[in-house]
Amino acid sequence: MDKKLVHNLLFIAVVAVTGMVVENIYLLQIMTFIGINTLLALGLNMLMGYAGQVSLGHGAFYGIGAYATAYLSGTLGISPWAALVCAIVLSVAVAFVVGRPTLKLSGYYLGMGTLGFGMIVHILFREAGSITGGASGFVGIPMLTLGPLSFEGGRNYFYLVWTVVFGAIFLCKRIIDSKTGRALAAIHGRENAAVALGVDAHALKLNIFMFSAALGAMAGFLYAHFVLFISPDSFGFMASVKMVTMVVIGGMANVWGALIGAVVITLLPEVLHGFADHEMIVFGLILMGVMIVMPQGLTQGVIERYARYKKRA
Amino acid sequence: MHGIRKEHENLLLQVKGLTKQFGGVKAQDNVSFGVEQGSVLGLIGPNGAGKTTLFNMITGVCVQDKGEILFNGHAIESMPVHKRVAAGIARTFQNVELFPGMTVLENVLVGMHVRLKSGFWGAIIRSPRVVKEERIAREKALEILEFTGLLSYADRIACDLPVGRQKTAEIARALATDPLLILLDEPAAGLNRIETQALGALICRIKEQGITLMLVEHDMGLAMEVCDKILVLDRGEAIALATPQQITNDQKVMDAYLGEEFQCLN
Repeated sequence: MDKKLVHNLLFIAVVAVTGMVVENIYLLQIMTFIGINTLLALGLNMLMGYAGQVSLGHGAFYGIGAYATAYLSGTLGISPWAALVCAIVLSVAVAFVVGRPTLKLSGYYLGMGTLGFGMIVHILFREAGSITGGASGFVGIPMLTLGPLSFEGGRNYFYLVWTVVFGAIFLCKRIIDSKTGRALAAIHGRENAAVALGVDAHALKLNIFMFSAALGAMAGFLYAHFVLFISPDSFGFMASVKMVTMVVIGGMANVWGALIGAVVITLLPEVLHGFADHEMIVFGLILMGVMIVMPQGLTQGVIERYARYKKRA
Repeated sequence: MHGIRKEHENLLLQVKGLTKQFGGVKAQDNVSFGVEQGSVLGLIGPNGAGKTTLFNMITGVCVQDKGEILFNGHAIESMPVHKRVAAGIARTFQNVELFPGMTVLENVLVGMHVRLKSGFWGAIIRSPRVVKEERIAREKALEILEFTGLLSYADRIACDLPVGRQKTAEIARALATDPLLILLDEPAAGLNRIETQALGALICRIKEQGITLMLVEHDMGLAMEVCDKILVLDRGEAIALATPQQITNDQKVMDAYLGEEFQCLN
């Protein structure tokens, strides 16, 4: 059988069994957060890892997804599933409007542009109190239900999130393994040559920017209906930086890198609680260490190390 | 075909009064010329004469201040690069610009970008039509590799190949766009004598396919051998357009732009 298919099925099986075996609600919650973070990292990885375009404002799309569903389903009382569609459409529309001029920039300038965008959206969340609840946050987000199925329990939500993650991984892999994926890699490698071969670089970057915004909004939706209370600081500059960190630590241009990055960045703070006041220092040191030892990210770094070890043995 | 036509009716590319200024420097000063369908036009001139600028304006990377470019009967001077590629203009670069980390085959497949219809949604839905298109693209890419003699390197990382092969891979990638006109920017730079000979043979075979070529070349031996006509540029001006024989016999051109050395070789 196809080796890749075996890997994928194995991965799905491991997640499914984990969901069944683990009884501890806290652990299930952590794993659900890993799933949500994986979605965020997947989207940004398509933009940064494959297309080579930096965004320091992707927390905005995460927030737009969360606040859109909070307002529509919480305040206006429409079905959360309809709200999901609206949230994604809104996020993609914002990505189009912002991306069209911004993606003409490159490198540091694109980083600055997206950074500014992220900050503006964060301020909007904080100041538009009548819609977002302002700095004190939005209370009263309804729980998700689907027919007789309620996603109240930790386990159901775990499965919901990971099903979406599987779907997103599937979508990403399809895009990567296509004409579009090749063109993205070409833009990343040598944009001028890609353009000279007829790749409409700007349109393609905009496409992938909108795609990653859709994944961000999806993650925001899942986050909002999971924690049921959202506040602007979950979607500010630090959220954007966290997303970039997940992509870089996990390894760019690798779908599994997004997953590993999400696992590390979600778990590390939990594990480091023991350090109490020094938590952030240890966290930072570990990230620095990983980058020094494995600048290509954990996924590629571990694979290369394993290959070298196997050669020697 | 349709019998013998008058030369000027058979122009694939026509450049009229092209002018481009970078600050105080005139990179192109009212340059006009035509390229006949199915011919090879060489572009020579000292460094800074505006050869690459001319290429950049024909491909659309750089926009002219003034002038017209007619390609295949259509005005293209205001088209974006990707539309010009779709119209049939391909190029290679002076410094090899293959995509890092990609195999030779993948590089050629990127070259097919404008000829493949499926887009973003096609990639996601992956209908039988898209799968079939992808399969045909691969077959065609392999054919191009066979044509250029790179078939045995198809799965090698392109940037790991020796320079000569890399240059050929760039030509293969340009051929993948299914062009009417290929612009080669110093294809023989960095090649040894044998590789240059192979390149000359490849250029002739591309010409036999009915594809028109333009090349910037400093290797005069190669330029004399493969070009039907040669355009001499100097400080942004086109000072001569003639056959290689006429160019070598033009004392003014020879003295000023090729130097004494070349005359000794002759």
